[in-house]
Amino acid sequence: MLEIKGLQVKLEEEDKQILKGVDLTVEAGKVHAIMGPNGSGKSTLSYVLAGRDGYEVTGGSATLGGEDILEMEPEERAAEGLFLAFQYPVEIPGVGNMTFLRTALNSQRKARGEAELTAPEFLKLIRAKGKELNIDADMLKRPVNVGFSGGEKKRNEILQMAMLEPKMCILDETDSGLDVDAMKLVASGVNALRDEGRGFLVITHYQRLLDHIKPDVVHIMYDGRIVETGGPDLALKVENDGYADLINAA
Amino acid sequence: MKRHQTLDLKRTGAEKLLAALPMPGVEDRTENRAEAGWAREARALARARMLVAGAPIKRDEYWKYTDPSALTAPLDMVGEGEAPAEAPFADIACARFVNGAFRADLTTLPDGISMIPLSEALYQDLGIARTFYGVLEAAGQEKVARPLAALNTACATDGMVLQATGTATLHLRQDHVGEGASLLHHLIRVESGAELTLIETGTTANTVMEIELADGAILHHLRVQIGERIPAATHIFARLGAEAAFKTFTLTADGQMTRNEVVMEFAGDHAAGHIAGAVMGQAKSHIDNTIFVTHDAVECEIRQVFKQVLADRATGVFQGKIFVKEGAQKTDGYQKSQAVLLTDGAEFLVKPELEIYADDVACSHGSTTGSLDERALFYLRSRGVPQAAAEAMLVAAFVDEAIEEIADATLADLMREEVARWMATR
Repeated sequence: MLEIKGLQVKLEEEDKQILKGVDLTVEAGKVHAIMGPNGSGKSTLSYVLAGRDGYEVTGGSATLGGEDILEMEPEERAAEGLFLAFQYPVEIPGVGNMTFLRTALNSQRKARGEAELTAPEFLKLIRAKGKELNIDADMLKRPVNVGFSGGEKKRNEILQMAMLEPKMCILDETDSGLDVDAMKLVASGVNALRDEGRGFLVITHYQRLLDHIKPDVVHIMYDGRIVETGGPDLALKVENDGYADLINAA
Repeated sequence: MKRHQTLDLKRTGAEKLLAALPMPGVEDRTENRAEAGWAREARALARARMLVAGAPIKRDEYWKYTDPSALTAPLDMVGEGEAPAEAPFADIACARFVNGAFRADLTTLPDGISMIPLSEALYQDLGIARTFYGVLEAAGQEKVARPLAALNTACATDGMVLQATGTATLHLRQDHVGEGASLLHHLIRVESGAELTLIETGTTANTVMEIELADGAILHHLRVQIGERIPAATHIFARLGAEAAFKTFTLTADGQMTRNEVVMEFAGDHAAGHIAGAVMGQAKSHIDNTIFVTHDAVECEIRQVFKQVLADRATGVFQGKIFVKEGAQKTDGYQKSQAVLLTDGAEFLVKPELEIYADDVACSHGSTTGSLDERALFYLRSRGVPQAAAEAMLVAAFVDEAIEEIADATLADLMREEVARWMATR
């Protein structure tokens, strides 16, 4: 599904290498988690994969379903099935949540040569998906993320994911700023999307999210590299012992 | 007084301006013996106002950001080859002017208004024109000289003398379909209890509107200026009676040179004036909105909301002055002018001014210039929205605050469509 080989990335504006050769493969149907201390490059990895400006790829590759995504525009990556749930979802005053999602969904469908959804079809779909995530009609009518609480913003991210049905979902610290109940809601939204055709890359600081979204593989990232890969028990080990041992071993 | 100091010989541009006037369709009419005596007098006074002021030059503070030479040069009037279709307003009663002359054969008037063309009124002893022609324009010169408006009064070719007594919607369409020039001068009086919606389209060139709102009168004015190839200098002079409401919105898209001045005076208490606009400029467009509002009554509300979207080498200008006289207590003033620059070469020049002599007023103004929010753009694109569509969404959202000033939802939606069309063809 997602194959990252020797990915090296520096900041465009300054001579600072962030990713120093990341190797990572997420198979369809699997949930991979990346943990690591602040500044290890986790968020940069997610932004680079999604196509945000400001980064320069200096080496390596990233492919999705065999297609080189690093050369694609962000919207092309999305149409290919890549989705990034933002750590800080952006507020967009004046753009209705519903309009935004319908434009996004139909743009992707159009890019893939699929029929666009009519307004009633879309409405039916979003109401059904919204209900599962406890997102009411009022939230859908409001401008994108404007005035949303932290929990509402994250639920809105998961709603978008559920509507767009991507092949590869990257969740960047989706648990940050959430209380336990909100986290459970978000986790159940993610779990509902788990299936054989879909891969997940869950970036998190803490083990607690992984109690609710059970990963198949856990990676530890430090200083721009994956320094350790293991099963779910690796996350528990980090929770108990911290990163120090792993980092020193690397 | 500054006006008198400007009589020196360096400022003979006005003479040149008048001398240059005999161009197709426009002539100096101040000596027109056939017009009624009051009309000849009003024309002569206007001519004198212009000569005193002189033609505007770049050195004038009021023209700091807009080079008036394109507006004072003898007009090389080549209008639209073909009159543009006005499908959205097709079912609205329409007063038509073609090449600066009223066309009765193309005009239908709604109930609730009476109208005669200025070209007839000037030859008659007609009350409304006689007492009104050039009066608000002259008053509007008190603080700042507006020679192009005086020029219009002196030389106007035609216009509407309109009186609204009921509820009516009228489309004022001003076309140019070849060579020729026009200076249209409209007199609009909305009576107590009347509500007029006036939609203005076509080529505005040098247009003056003198608008008087009686106590409790309501006027909605919507102006659409799209892709004008003729430099446009427009003036609205409005005087609001007690509890009157005047809402004006202008969409200006491209065009080489546009200067829209609104001069508004609150003469009666509890009146409301809303002046809004959306500016969409690309290539080398220069679009200037200049506003001067005088408060001479208590508890009046003024709102100014302008949104500019500028690309390429386009320039947007906003000059907005709120002048609150002593005694104009409880004035509620709000002014917002914001620009989004889509490319590096575009420019927004803004000059907000508050001059307040009353001690119990609330006036605020704010102005911002920036590019589209990069984070929002990336967010939209990361969800699959193509860049152009994402930009269009953000521009539509940005402009909408001004469009929301339009009371009529259908007209507001038409303006949204124009903004979307402009983005789509960029």
